[in-house]
Amino acid sequence: MNRMTGAQLIIALLERQGIRTVAGIPGGACLPLYDALSQSRLIRHVLARHEQGAGFIAQGMARATGQPAVCLATSGPGATNILTAIADAKLDSIPVVCITGQVPTALIGTDAFQEVDTYGMSIPITKHNFLVRSATELLEVVPDAFRIATSGRPGPVLIDVPKDVQTQTVEFADWPAPGQADAPPPPDQTAIERAAAMINAAQRPVLYLGGGVIQSNAATLATQLAEKAGLPTTMTLMALGAMPADHELSLGMPGMHAARFTNLALEEGDLLIAIGARFDDRVTGKVAQFCPHAQIIHVDIDPSELDKIKTAHIGIVADAGEALAALLPLVEANQRREWRARIAELKRRHPLNMTGSAYDVIAAVAKLAGKDALIATDVGQHQMWVAQVYPFQKPRQWFTSGGLGTMGFGLPTAIGAALARPERMVVCFSGDGSLLMNIQELATAAEQGVNVKIILMNNNALGMIRQHQTMFYERRIFCADYETRVDFLKIAEGFGVPGFELADLETALAHEGPSLIHAPIDATEHVVPIVPGGAANKDMIGGEIHAHA
Amino acid sequence: MHTLELTVNNHPGVMSHVCGLFARRAFNVEGILCMPVGDGRQSRIWLRVNEDARLEQMIKQLQKLEDLLAVQQHGADHEVFVGLEEFFQAS
Repeated sequence: MNRMTGAQLIIALLERQGIRTVAGIPGGACLPLYDALSQSRLIRHVLARHEQGAGFIAQGMARATGQPAVCLATSGPGATNILTAIADAKLDSIPVVCITGQVPTALIGTDAFQEVDTYGMSIPITKHNFLVRSATELLEVVPDAFRIATSGRPGPVLIDVPKDVQTQTVEFADWPAPGQADAPPPPDQTAIERAAAMINAAQRPVLYLGGGVIQSNAATLATQLAEKAGLPTTMTLMALGAMPADHELSLGMPGMHAARFTNLALEEGDLLIAIGARFDDRVTGKVAQFCPHAQIIHVDIDPSELDKIKTAHIGIVADAGEALAALLPLVEANQRREWRARIAELKRRHPLNMTGSAYDVIAAVAKLAGKDALIATDVGQHQMWVAQVYPFQKPRQWFTSGGLGTMGFGLPTAIGAALARPERMVVCFSGDGSLLMNIQELATAAEQGVNVKIILMNNNALGMIRQHQTMFYERRIFCADYETRVDFLKIAEGFGVPGFELADLETALAHEGPSLIHAPIDATEHVVPIVPGGAANKDMIGGEIHAHA
Repeated sequence: MHTLELTVNNHPGVMSHVCGLFARRAFNVEGILCMPVGDGRQSRIWLRVNEDARLEQMIKQLQKLEDLLAVQQHGADHEVFVGLEEFFQAS
């Protein structure tokens, strides 16, 4: 018979689940859990400086490995602080298990100290959540949380554990099996055959890869399909790296900040093959005019994504990798010389205009960081510039907040990725607005000695806001320029992270442990092309090469 | 109008999951009834909803709820809400 407290049971179940690193911050309502964790010989705890940082450190570990990762927080403010990172994981389908302390069961509902309705608040931003009412329940809840987080379309699961449940003694005979992902439903073979026939018959097909291809580790299969069938391939923000950026078939990222040739190619396509993508509004622009001449094949593991935005001619509920593996033998080898010649012409006539100091910084970093570097970003102009031009080579090389667009994502996520992949350098591109939103995690980076290099693209402004006010609000710049200037090099030094000017980039990247590189950017630089909100993708503004000639 | 019959696990929070889903996807629920069934481990939730183009999407979203065991669709005239009319008279 096993006999232990609820807190010890949670830690033991995490160990049995294979968890070796967790991030969090202790507080009153999770002290028993931390006491049990202090006795674990297997799990290393990374102390964040804000619970949101802990949530994103877990995300970084999960995004880098594809395995579920764990973060911990206390009740009340600990829980509210971590929820942004959990919501971010929901929108980008990242498997995170978040365990929060809660006030003792008898005090729930009494407005007790540090009590909030964590369960109620987390319903709409988690894949599933639990409020544990007895220590025995943990034997089911913890494995279930991991099963749910990793099955089908992954996502975050929150477990709220009252303090008395953590201290309650539980006895049980047998350990439950660790939670594992359920097997996905096999793709419908008839639908696969029809999809293959449509691909074989198409004249101007475009392959449209989303984050699901990364999640299911199907990037190689996707590239094989593209190569066999001669499919020009666009990758969403979440799918960058699925096919090398310099691959002849790569069209880069579609939508709001796509290169002109990418959106124009989609405009001309007669068949869109969407794999693990969800027709996000930043991808489609005005939905009625997205791919106006194309039939649609849509493969997704989440049935509710099929026909949600665009009605597919063939919808297939399946894991991206299994669907691709089923399609491959049925798709005829075809070089599609005519269509690819047209694509080459579009690329020649409407290339991405890569002039500007931001692109120069990114190119310099890419050259020195090498092909093995992992890349994280924050949110805003710098994020889109990096997405447009960074020479991504592999899946899980790139971590960005896609769905929620959370400023403050970059630094803690980079720390998490570096903890999970200690042999790799993690470059975190950030902006001065974003970095300030989780700058306290510089202390965590210094303490952990992680190999994170922050490229701070500093325009002393909320650049994307400034750009939109300039372009769409008649240049009324309001609350977008900072009136004071932060000395980020001094701030970094204060946290124990050496700071460098851009001229010393090579030294900074070679420096052991974390460093910050300060790269000044002109606040008037814009991310172009841009499709205005609500407009069709063909109506791009800016970025024409001749405009700058 | 349309009537949905949901079979769910009976624990505190299931109603929040179901009602919250409709609210956040801006889909109106006109009527709701919920009672435990059998030994109390499951509940039945009856929903009266508008018939619109998003109903199919809402049902797909419901089916993703971990505690939802089954969902059935009935017509607007299903008797479950008919007998209740006398309790819902304007004063």
